[in-house]
Amino acid sequence: MNFDYMIDHWQEILVLTREHILLCAVAIGIALLVAIPMGIAVAAYPGMRTPMLVVLGAVYTIPSLAFLAFLIPSFGLGNKPAIIVLAAYAQLALVRNIQTGLSGVDPNILDAASGAGMTAWQSLMRVRLPLALPVLIAGLRIATVSTISLATVTAWIGAGGLGTLLFNGITFNRPSMILAGTVAITALALSADLLLRFAERITPASRALHSARG
Amino acid sequence: MNALDEHQSEPETAIAYDRVSKTYPSGNRSAVSELSLTVARGKLVVLLGPSGCGKTTLLKMTNRLIEPDSGSISVDGVDIHSLPAPELRRRIGYVIQQTGLFPHMRIEENIAVVPKLMKWDKVRTSARIDELLELVGLPPDTYRRRYPAQLSGGEQQRVGLARALAVNPETMLMDEPFGALDAITRSRLQLELRRIHQDLGQTIIFVTHDIDEAVRLADVIVVMREGQIVQAGEPLDIVTDPANEFVSELVGASDALRRLSLIEAVSVATPIGLGRVPPDLTIPAETDVRTAFGAMLSAGITSIGLTNNEGEIIGSLELDTVREIARTHPVGITA
Repeated sequence: MNFDYMIDHWQEILVLTREHILLCAVAIGIALLVAIPMGIAVAAYPGMRTPMLVVLGAVYTIPSLAFLAFLIPSFGLGNKPAIIVLAAYAQLALVRNIQTGLSGVDPNILDAASGAGMTAWQSLMRVRLPLALPVLIAGLRIATVSTISLATVTAWIGAGGLGTLLFNGITFNRPSMILAGTVAITALALSADLLLRFAERITPASRALHSARG
Repeated sequence: MNALDEHQSEPETAIAYDRVSKTYPSGNRSAVSELSLTVARGKLVVLLGPSGCGKTTLLKMTNRLIEPDSGSISVDGVDIHSLPAPELRRRIGYVIQQTGLFPHMRIEENIAVVPKLMKWDKVRTSARIDELLELVGLPPDTYRRRYPAQLSGGEQQRVGLARALAVNPETMLMDEPFGALDAITRSRLQLELRRIHQDLGQTIIFVTHDIDEAVRLADVIVVMREGQIVQAGEPLDIVTDPANEFVSELVGASDALRRLSLIEAVSVATPIGLGRVPPDLTIPAETDVRTAFGAMLSAGITSIGLTNNEGEIIGSLELDTVREIARTHPVGITA
């Protein structure tokens, strides 16, 4: 096992990395569009919390290869089923953290927000979501990192990305190709993790907290 | 009530509660039941009572954070249900315990919340922020850009007060605003609130369970128990003439010193002359009896002279009189 493949094919790796990022970004984007309203709804109706988490937990336990295989008859091969699977797996971390973040806001502060004359929408946008943001981003970070590693598997149905290197490496018995893919995926996941940790820290809510004296 | 009565020179009504009731789904008895009360404009009214007496429920019904089951409430002559709740609340200042400041907003952003909701322009809002911070004794240059977590509890509550005053509301609701502060900070803020109230003249409804706070702040104390008003009146009347055993115990009417502190020495003075020896020590006539009593004790005398603004002795306070007041109630105010 050596780094030859990485050195000789860095341009190909770059192209695959871009594909990988794009695939994950679209999946996470769609996942957020679904998870945010769902998280808000679950926070508003606490009775929905347990059933919702049970369903999302169940989805999470479906083996990814099986999940992909189920979708092939309806969606064919390629990006589409991959994005659906990735977005579905991300729901658990996202919905749970959005709900936790929103429900964790001090009721006293929400009382102050309505008392000042904010509508429910204004209170959500100006007070609740900003205060829940650090927890929300923490969920996004977990979802993103696991999506990046999960997106390796989707290369199996032709969704592209860095998983291609792993599958080809196995097929053609080229360990240095597998190594290249692994390194690239790990580097990508770590960078995403760092970036989102940083984002978590610079939200107004975190800055305010860290500004405390002493 | 006929038309003639309405044109009497009675003080203008700012807030009126008319047979207001509220029962919580979980509670087996009503939090507030058939309560009626009118609050005159510019008064600082303290709702006083033990926890669970319905005082906070009554307060929160005023700006519709809690909706009454029945009865009606009007603020500044307008039925509170005749306009959308958020609009109503923007007109009414609201201060709560633990400040309720938005932790992710700087002090200036916190104060600007209601002006922003009312779409004030930036220049006007900014000028108002400085003005308010000055009013509550926080130098704007030092405090505007800070976050609430960087302020002490007392400073935070000053900001809470400034935020509630932002659009100069005629009515303010305050829910145990100083409850979480230490005694020194609390009494300092009570003085500031009195001063601000005297300067700006809003109608204030103030909830507390602290009798000393009530006595210090109130124009009118409303004592509540189990969702109803037990007694309403000026602090002196409540303390010296409690309506029943409950009020008596609540306000510590048996606390002789508290009663003494509510009475001006001049109101129980013994006229000068009558063949008495002129007193050795004098104090201003409007000093309260408790303070005068302290001065007598430390000087070891049984009679203290009372002086008017010109420094002339106009009477004396006798130790026997103090004893008499401490022993009996109600107190004869006229002497």
